Amino acid sequence: MSTHKHKTKKEPISDRRKFLLNMARGVGLTALGGLVWSAYVDEVTASTLLLRPPGALDEENFLKTCIKCGMCVEACPYDTLLLAKPGDNKPLGTPYFTPRDVPCYMCPDIPCVPVCPSGALSEKSVTTDNKLDINKSEMGVAVIDSENCIAYWGIQCDACYRACPILGEAISIEYTKNTRTGKHSLMIPMVHSNICTGCGLCERACVTEKAAIFVLPKEVALGKAGDYYIKGWDEKSERKIRAAHIDKDVTTTTEISKRSALDSLNDMGGLLDD
Amino acid sequence: MTNFLFKHRYLFLRRLIQVSIMFLYFGANAFGWTILTGNLSSSLFLGIIPMSDPYAVLQMFGAGAIIAGDLLIGVLIVTLFYMSVGGRVFCSWVCPVNIITDLSNYLRRVLNMNQVEKKQPASRKIRYWVIGLSLIISFVLGVTAFEFVSPISMVHRGIIFGLGFGWAAILVLFLFDLFVLKNGWCGYICPLGGFYSIIGKFSLIRVNHNAQNCTACMKCKEVCPEVQVLFMIDKSSEPILSGECTNCARCIEVCDDEALNFSIRKLKK
Repeated sequence: MSTHKHKTKKEPISDRRKFLLNMARGVGLTALGGLVWSAYVDEVTASTLLLRPPGALDEENFLKTCIKCGMCVEACPYDTLLLAKPGDNKPLGTPYFTPRDVPCYMCPDIPCVPVCPSGALSEKSVTTDNKLDINKSEMGVAVIDSENCIAYWGIQCDACYRACPILGEAISIEYTKNTRTGKHSLMIPMVHSNICTGCGLCERACVTEKAAIFVLPKEVALGKAGDYYIKGWDEKSERKIRAAHIDKDVTTTTEISKRSALDSLNDMGGLLDD
Repeated sequence: MTNFLFKHRYLFLRRLIQVSIMFLYFGANAFGWTILTGNLSSSLFLGIIPMSDPYAVLQMFGAGAIIAGDLLIGVLIVTLFYMSVGGRVFCSWVCPVNIITDLSNYLRRVLNMNQVEKKQPASRKIRYWVIGLSLIISFVLGVTAFEFVSPISMVHRGIIFGLGFGWAAILVLFLFDLFVLKNGWCGYICPLGGFYSIIGKFSLIRVNHNAQNCTACMKCKEVCPEVQVLFMIDKSSEPILSGECTNCARCIEVCDDEALNFSIRKLKK
């Protein structure tokens, strides 16, 4: 009886087994921690509706490069720039601004950019002929909600146009006929996205309760026509056709162009068989 | 009273330095001072000397960012200082989180909580795994992995630029160290501390133990946040060479027998 009892007692595991188990535990816990950690980081860096300081790299490279030191925030004389705090639901510690609260006043000497130690704010991207040029910055682009912009209703308002630091270029006033009254004109603001820097002075100036003109990041607000459109009136765009015609020998055959166009069009595909 | 001050001389000096550094940063943002601008991630001293967090830059490198020259100089200055002179002094003389976790540790001692759970169920090596993991995640996701979750940054950025919900991070650290793991954050998990442990291994300033004077009262082991570095107490006279020692000097203060003191490492052999 006693010998039987002795046998059921567990033998101590070998050092080799202990080592293997410990390694497995370490790797497993690392995988567990790594997955949770990456999922969290991926989620908190996903925000795209953010306006970055002038000269910021594109969002993907900005998140890599910004060291979150806040020097740009300290350099900003208008307290425009803020660092994302816990609870702001923005990528933690990165600089951003909210133009309706404080827009970018477009300082000609751009104090926020040269102080950046990491190059996340690139001096080169806001330099023309070796001189800082704030008009080159691309913080975002202003977008107009034409339903709620009172100028579109026929009320005369040019607050955004007047507030724009690139007056008459980034926002222009277009005159069209007011078909409702038949005798007045509409003076509606138009944003020119190739000039607009996204400073947000227009958003700040907008008189409606919630701004009817507001700044969005360019990659969010702008469409893209694609390479297959050629502007016949634009020489640079035309050149693309000429370049394409160099490969004359290449003919592309698709399912439809296998036969002659007439045959292809006349083929009803068995629709009328019955 | 003078004895009390003497018995806490390094502690007060550390707190003074920690608070002064954060105050200089705060002043730079609030009042436009230019003595020390930026924050602990990257800063500029007196408007010319750059200083950057080498671990943050290492993650940037892992994420595939182009590292700017200013940053590299800053990293070099910081790394050389800790590597050759200070050791892991960032943790106990600079980092504001140290104040929080020291409070937890103090409460543990006062409330006799260490009697309840004497052995800590975790490995001090976790921090080195966390370093490796942070670099892998940085590489895979293309962002600086630890910098987006770091409670250290939340605290120092919070002090300088506004706290937001950062108080929650402070509370998490405090409660974790108080109830989950003794010296849990700074002594087990924090990868920045782990990083400075690695580069601080070679520094000149070392606490030295003189076993002849030791009466084995073990007061030093009670206060030490990295108690494994004091393995030689009462056994052999030698300097504490482990990089995990933060040079906080608490052991020197509590020792009544002159058995522990700062020394300069001998560069023989």
